[in-house]
Amino acid sequence: MIAETGLAALWLAAAMALLQLVGGLTLLRGEGKLTPLIKPAALVQGALCVVSFSSLMYLFYVTDLSVLLVASNSHIDKPLIFKLAGTWGNHEGSMLLWVSVLSLSGAAIALLEKRIDARTLNATLAVQAFVALGFFAFLLFSSNPFERLIPAPVEGAGLNPLLQDIGLAFHPPTLYIGYVGLSVAFSFAVAAMLTGQVGPAFARAMRPWVLGAWIFLTVGITAGSYWAYYELGWGGWWFWDPVENASLMPWLAATALLHSVSVLATRNALRAWTIMLALVAFAMSMAGTFLVRSGILTSVHAFAVDPERGSFILALMLMYTSLAFLVFATRIGTVKQGEPFQIVSREGGIVANNIFLSVILAIVLIGTLYPLAAEAMGDKISVGPPYFNKATAPIALLLMAALLLGPMLRWRRDELKRHKYWLVGFFAISLWTGVAIWRFVPGVGVFPILGLALSLALAVAAWVPLKGRKLLRTPLPVFGMVIAHFGLAVSVFGMAAESGFSRETLTALAPGESAKVADWQVKLDDVRPVVGDNWVAIEGQLIARNNSKKFTLRPQSRQFYRPEQQTSEAALLTRWNGQLYAVIAQPDENGDGRWQVRLWWKPFVTFIWFGGLLVAFGGAIALLGRMFRRAKKPAVNKWAQA
Amino acid sequence: MKPKHQRLVLALMAFIALIGAGFIAAAALRDEASYFYTPATMSKAKIEPGQAIRLGGMVQKGSIVQGADGVSITFIVQDRDATQKVAYRGITPDLFVEGSGVVADGRLRADGVFVADSLLAKHDENYVPKELADIDMNTAEHTKDTLSK
Repeated sequence: MIAETGLAALWLAAAMALLQLVGGLTLLRGEGKLTPLIKPAALVQGALCVVSFSSLMYLFYVTDLSVLLVASNSHIDKPLIFKLAGTWGNHEGSMLLWVSVLSLSGAAIALLEKRIDARTLNATLAVQAFVALGFFAFLLFSSNPFERLIPAPVEGAGLNPLLQDIGLAFHPPTLYIGYVGLSVAFSFAVAAMLTGQVGPAFARAMRPWVLGAWIFLTVGITAGSYWAYYELGWGGWWFWDPVENASLMPWLAATALLHSVSVLATRNALRAWTIMLALVAFAMSMAGTFLVRSGILTSVHAFAVDPERGSFILALMLMYTSLAFLVFATRIGTVKQGEPFQIVSREGGIVANNIFLSVILAIVLIGTLYPLAAEAMGDKISVGPPYFNKATAPIALLLMAALLLGPMLRWRRDELKRHKYWLVGFFAISLWTGVAIWRFVPGVGVFPILGLALSLALAVAAWVPLKGRKLLRTPLPVFGMVIAHFGLAVSVFGMAAESGFSRETLTALAPGESAKVADWQVKLDDVRPVVGDNWVAIEGQLIARNNSKKFTLRPQSRQFYRPEQQTSEAALLTRWNGQLYAVIAQPDENGDGRWQVRLWWKPFVTFIWFGGLLVAFGGAIALLGRMFRRAKKPAVNKWAQA
Repeated sequence: MKPKHQRLVLALMAFIALIGAGFIAAAALRDEASYFYTPATMSKAKIEPGQAIRLGGMVQKGSIVQGADGVSITFIVQDRDATQKVAYRGITPDLFVEGSGVVADGRLRADGVFVADSLLAKHDENYVPKELADIDMNTAEHTKDTLSK
């Protein structure tokens, strides 16, 4: 009964979306009779999606095995939290989550947005409903999550053990909120072009959405990176896997958009530019969804693969993207030129930011799609980390260099000589760091050296915009910017330190034997079997010594049943200046009682994720500031009048 | 700069930047993209030692030999027509077993042995490395015995 309720709610939500779309179409020729219905329809659509998604979650909660999706992805023995997370740990459930977030965003616009005129608001809701409609059709016609299975099986198939992790409970929803939040920017952009309202008011309405989506993407990518780092047991934190790229590309576009939308909101410049970025950002979100969901690319993360569904998403993506670009091509002529600015100015700096980010985005996109294009021509090619590192790292470093100066420039026009002391200072920090490492630590690559040098300079430069301001009267978004830029410096510092200075030892040890990695002496003390809820494992007990301190690490090699699979659970020892990472694997096959042990010392590796979280935290501070200011503004006006 | 020109200049800059990105990508792809081979196609193609490629096929039964250090292995990858010897140092993936599919990233050494940097094995029943899905071979069934060996 619950399954049928969920399905009915989904159909009704689709009907609401259709109503909004028709209402929007009548709007194109003035106010229609349906126009007043758009807003309520958006709210009802959001509510229905909540009902539908909650139904599915309930079915997973009670493990109703007469529902095909539950039977094939869950199991009665599974721990409760993973039963619930299983709701979106599969294709159908994750698409339902996707469309629910989309609908809820629409409802939130209908409820909260008060800054733009009613016509543009209604048009935005109609565009949002149009996007939702395609994905409702996708769910209802090709990926029904509520399909029944008769007769019901007794216990269910289980969930991929790699996914039975607390990280999974939060990772996909976080990314999806980010992906789908960009749909709001897309809808705003298309609506503003249609109604001819591209200007600061529109940018101010769009900005919190972009900011919000970007915060979620940042957190999602950071969490995903950490998940891959400790769960896969390969010691890496970024694999340039297509699924990772699928989350990185929207983030790059959103980061560019976030900066340019600020220019439009405060300076009324970069109008067409901002619209274009909004379209690209959501196109990248859809491309990301397509890459992840279609299984068209080989990926360590591609768990739910089905090429036929891929073509459905591809068709949707091509339709929405080409329609949006068609609107852009026909309407952008009517968008007036923005305010002018000099090249050396804050605007100029943000243009540089946008260009570097777009170049990185293009390189990642080409590298991700090239194997597909090659395969269509009959060649089997893979593009991996060597390509991505080599092609993107120089541009990313240029972006960092531009970031040293950009935020301290004045709007409209500025002169470099006004900042010459800072420039000389940053150059000195970078040069000193770079030369010191190059001179005293042999064998470190050029990118890690430059990364460390620039991140140290940026760690100082990030705070400069606060100079000369009264801290208590500084707007929160400025603090947000400073924190986010500082977070980037922290993160890049971690990346550079990890990639330049990691030490690795791979060996086979019998209990009682020791190995060395960096300054650590690691002894394999004991190996014993352990049993978990739905797995058995061998667990190594490692004693790690550094100077006089002693620590214990317990890596495992787990054997899951239902489905049968082996995973290795790395053991991490976190110190302030890095992590000791230990993996234990199969026994040595020579039969001499040794176990394969892999150890890494990864200096400052945790800075990567702390930095990422700081970036997101900066975004959150800025978002708070925007919302606080909006709430406060009328009161201030009243006070001014009195 | 006149306002009218500004939009033009910006559009031009964006255009040039994207062309530049295309060039960077093309140059990097030429150096770093690795082609996929099976032992049979590999023996036909002339491959320079040191060039990054991917090799896919089935691990020949009885071919896995572990080195004295306990972390190096050699094994033979086969398809229907040919075989290729592979050397690897590291922890093998969870489902790397004889008679099952594998994809290796690496390069040929001058002595004709393929040195793998990483191995990708058949993950589970739902996940086959894409390159292997197309190769029609009599895949050995995994049983509990081969896994817990």
